[in-house]
Formats: sequence, structure tokens, C-alpha cells
Amino acid sequence: MTVALPSRRAPAPPRRRLRRPLVEGGSAVLGFLIAFWSLVPIYNMLLIALAPEGNNEYAGKLWPDPISLDSFIGLWTEATDELENVWEEFGNSIVIGLSVMVLTVAIGSLAAFSVSRLRLAREWTLSDAALVTYIIPSSFLLVPFFRVMHEYGLSDNLLAVILAEVAFATPYAILVLQHYGKLIPIELDEAARVDGASAVQVYLRIYLPLIAPALAAVGTYALLFAWNDYLYQYLLLTSQRHTTVAVGLEQFFDDDDSPWNYMMALAIVYSLPPIAMFYALRRYIAAGLTLGAVKG
Amino acid sequence: MTDFAVRAPIAAQPPRRSGWHRHLHGSELVWALAFVLPYAAVFLALVAYPMAYGLWLGARPELFAELVSDPRYLRSLANTLIFVTVAVNVKMVAALFLSGFFMRRRKWIKALLPIYILPWTLPAVPAYLSFHWMLVGPEGLLDQVLYDYFGINGPVWFNSRGLALTWNIVAYIWKWMPLWTLIFLAGRLSIPQDLLDAAEIDGAGLYRRFRHVILPLLANLYFISTLISTIWTFGDFTTVFIVSGGAPAMASDVLSTLALQYALDLGNPPLGIAMGLTAVPLMIVVVVMLMRRLRKTEVQL
Repeated sequence: MTVALPSRRAPAPPRRRLRRPLVEGGSAVLGFLIAFWSLVPIYNMLLIALAPEGNNEYAGKLWPDPISLDSFIGLWTEATDELENVWEEFGNSIVIGLSVMVLTVAIGSLAAFSVSRLRLAREWTLSDAALVTYIIPSSFLLVPFFRVMHEYGLSDNLLAVILAEVAFATPYAILVLQHYGKLIPIELDEAARVDGASAVQVYLRIYLPLIAPALAAVGTYALLFAWNDYLYQYLLLTSQRHTTVAVGLEQFFDDDDSPWNYMMALAIVYSLPPIAMFYALRRYIAAGLTLGAVKG
Repeated sequence: MTDFAVRAPIAAQPPRRSGWHRHLHGSELVWALAFVLPYAAVFLALVAYPMAYGLWLGARPELFAELVSDPRYLRSLANTLIFVTVAVNVKMVAALFLSGFFMRRRKWIKALLPIYILPWTLPAVPAYLSFHWMLVGPEGLLDQVLYDYFGINGPVWFNSRGLALTWNIVAYIWKWMPLWTLIFLAGRLSIPQDLLDAAEIDGAGLYRRFRHVILPLLANLYFISTLISTIWTFGDFTTVFIVSGGAPAMASDVLSTLALQYALDLGNPPLGIAMGLTAVPLMIVVVVMLMRRLRKTEVQL
């Protein structure tokens, strides 16, 4: 196993100078393979979305000819039955995604602050409680969740999906926030308290700004969690009015003659928000992801 | 274009221990409780109660007896173990290796990173739909390319349990490897440069720097990541549901997809729940390992 490391300025000994072209050549090949691996499924999506209807398969050409934007225009005009309430679906997905993101960040950071900074209890009591959530994976709790939500009066309610996703996204958020919070000296909080700051002020003015990278990482994680989910959105939202895009996409399968180019166009548009969010926040996200990492 | 420097606000120092045992009083205690209240409510209403309900519905001996004699269950259990073991370990080893590749200081490698991250940011349903569509039938991209450029009549990928399982695993790795690569990349960036420089001055080559400096420092992160990924992969539903859809004839189903069919299509919810509960002993082992490991990280280095 060779792991390429950053080159140093010091002159390399002769043996390694010979190895240089090998390393460079090898990483060029690897780079090409990585790009190929990452892009083929995305290319496949574009290929299908941009083909004219009824001609939605690869036909020996690397690019559909002629390129047709009908499928994207069709989304706008709700051209087929499957797309009838596509904009309502988008609205539902956005409401769920943003709510899960905000609630996960808020609930997770409040709990981590209380336990780690206000020292309500030892740090591991919270991380252990969070990890208990993982003992039964969420996909095995469908039936209980369905019935519990009914008891709570949340049948066919977006709030049911939001709450379920928050419950399953918060544990990881807490682990990341607690870990990142250890980088911030508790003396900062204590100094602020001596100066008369309340717990809320310390949380808002000291804790949140200093853990911003972890908040960005956790927020992106939560949004992606909601955007990735299919199962709970399918199970807990039964009416057409409350369907989400993830469920709507899967419904194309109900018919063997579905317009697949519309399906892929919808898939592409659905993919854009999380991609945009990641690239907007990417500088912070990597820093926030150092769960259990080494400390220098 | 990507700046992955770890932004530690202030150089890391071990938190002071002196205050741990003090007791909170009055408004301090009220605030601390108020802050933890939302999570406590979520935990009780949406984790503890549904779990207890699930155990009450599904933890019955006769259901487990029924499962043990059900060949579909046993096959999906085997599928799940293969899926989790292969997908998690291949993904983690490859992510560790690729995080080293992305440490290289080359402009084109930095430009490649956002492309490599793309699959993680792509939502699961669209990503797996694309995999499904690439593989299904002779119109799929893969069979088309095989035929046009190599004259090969590609197999019907989802007609074989082995091939269907393989593609489920490939699609899962494709989607999730970038996240763990980012995590390992952040871990590598937090290794003090002095250590690597010192090793190099002492004549350590690539392999020995990796084996004796990087690997020991990343071991804990690698282990924690593997445990978390095991939990997440075990509960994964969307991959198998969309990529192979369990084809052929439920042969590539994993526990989560088969449990849904038992609960909804076959109208036997308790059996579906019991199926999920059979994963619990293993999950408890993984969760306990994770708890112990996370407590230890406080004293690391």
C-alpha cells in the first residue's frame, strides 16, 4: 500500500528520485479512475434526462442527439400524470429538509451545551444516551413508528416525518458537537460568567460562534439525512397532498411505461439543493467532521 | 479551492477537570435542565417509546421460531451480513487510502476533490435510480457499452443473486465512500506536520511513515468510523430497495427490505418487527464498543 504524502523541499535521495515518475504516473491514473468512478452514474442521469421522450436509452452515442430539454420543461409545466403535483412535492421536501436541519442543530447543540459546558452531567451520559438510539436501526421500527405517530395524532402529517428524522439524526450530531466542543477551553465560559453573562448569553455569544464549523457539518448532515430518506416519508405520509419528491420519484416505477426522462430530470433537480449547500459550506464541513480524530 | 485546514478555534488543551463534581444550583440548574429538555423529550417520545412498543409487539418466542424455519429470512440474514461486512470494510480501507491521495499538494488533485465528493451530496433515491437504470435490461448503459464496444451480450444483472448483491454493494460504496474519505482527510490534517517531518528526516519512506506514524494516530478514528458505519449500513434500506429491488425474487433482499415486505405486503407486521429485532444483539455489541471507545478518546494523545 503506497500512500502519497506531500513533497518536501529537501532534495530527495537518488533511490527516491527514480520513484518520482512512478508516483506521479500512478496518481494520474488513480485520479482518472476516481473521476470516472464518481461521474458515470451522474452521466447516466444526464443521458436519460436529456434524451427525447421514447428514446431514453443509450444508443451507441456518448451524448443524446438531438439534446432535448423537454424533460426539464415538462417539470415546469407538469407535463405528465406523475408530475402532477411535483411542486407541492418539492415544497414538502423543502419544509421537511429545512425543519430537520434547524431542529437537529438546535436540539443537538442545546443538549451538548448543557451537558458539556454547563456540566449538567458527565459528558458520556449524553453520548451514551444518543448511542442507545442506534440499538434498533430506524428501518426496523417502521410499524411501531406508524402506530406511535397515530397515537400522537400525527398521521399523514409532515411533522411526523420531521420528528422521526430529527430523532435519528440527532445522535450523530451530538457526538460531533461534543467532540468538537472539547477544542474550546471551558475557561472562556467561566470568564464570561464571571463578567455576568447568563447561560443563554454564553450559549449564543460564545459557544455557537466557536463551534460554527461543527454546526455547518451537522446541519449538512441533517439536511442530507432528510434528503436521503425514502422509507419514513413513504410510510408516514399517506395522502397525495403530503407526498415528497423522494417518494414521487419512486412512484415512477409503478408503471412500466413511465416517461423515464422526466423521472431523471426530477432526480437531477432534486439533487441540486444539497449539492449547493455542501459546496457553499465545504470549508467548514471538513473541519467539523473530525469525530474522534487525533489531537495534536 | 478547498481549504480543509482544521479550524481549531484555540489550540486544543485537555479540559480542566477540577469543576466536574461541583453541583449546579438554582437558576444554573434550571437553565441546564431547560437546555437538555428538548433532546430528552425527543428521546423519550420518539426513541424510547417506539423501541419499547416494537419490543412489546415483536419480542415473542413463537415469532422467532417461525423466522428460523423461514428460508427467505435466513437468506436475507446472510445477504445482510455479506452486505455489511463487504461494503463497510472495502469502503473504509479505500477511503483511508484515498484520503492519503487527496493529501497530495497538486492543483489538479485539489480540483478533483469536489468531483469525488459529489456522490455523497447526491440524494440516495436519485443516485440509486441511476444505478438501477444503468444495469436493468439491455437498454441499460452498462450492457449497451458492453455490446457496442466489446461485442459482449451483458448478463441480466438482476437475474443472479450474486450479481445483484455485488451491485448493491458497489452502489452503496459509491454513495458513502466520500463522507468517510472527508473524515479521514480531516483526521490526517490534524496530524502535526512535525511528526511527519521528523519521520522523513529519519529516512522513513511512504510506507513506513504510513505504518508507523499515520496509522497509529488514525487507528482510533478508523475504528470509531467503522463501528458507526456498521450501524448505519445495517439499517440501510434505500440501497437494496432501489438498486436491485430484492431481485431476483427476493433473493437479494436484506433484513430491512424483507421486513418491510412482511409488514406491509404480506400483512404480518409482528413478524416484520421480530425480523428487525434479530439484529439487536449484534447492534448492542457494536453500540457498547462504540460507547467505550468514545469515552476513551478524551484521554487520547
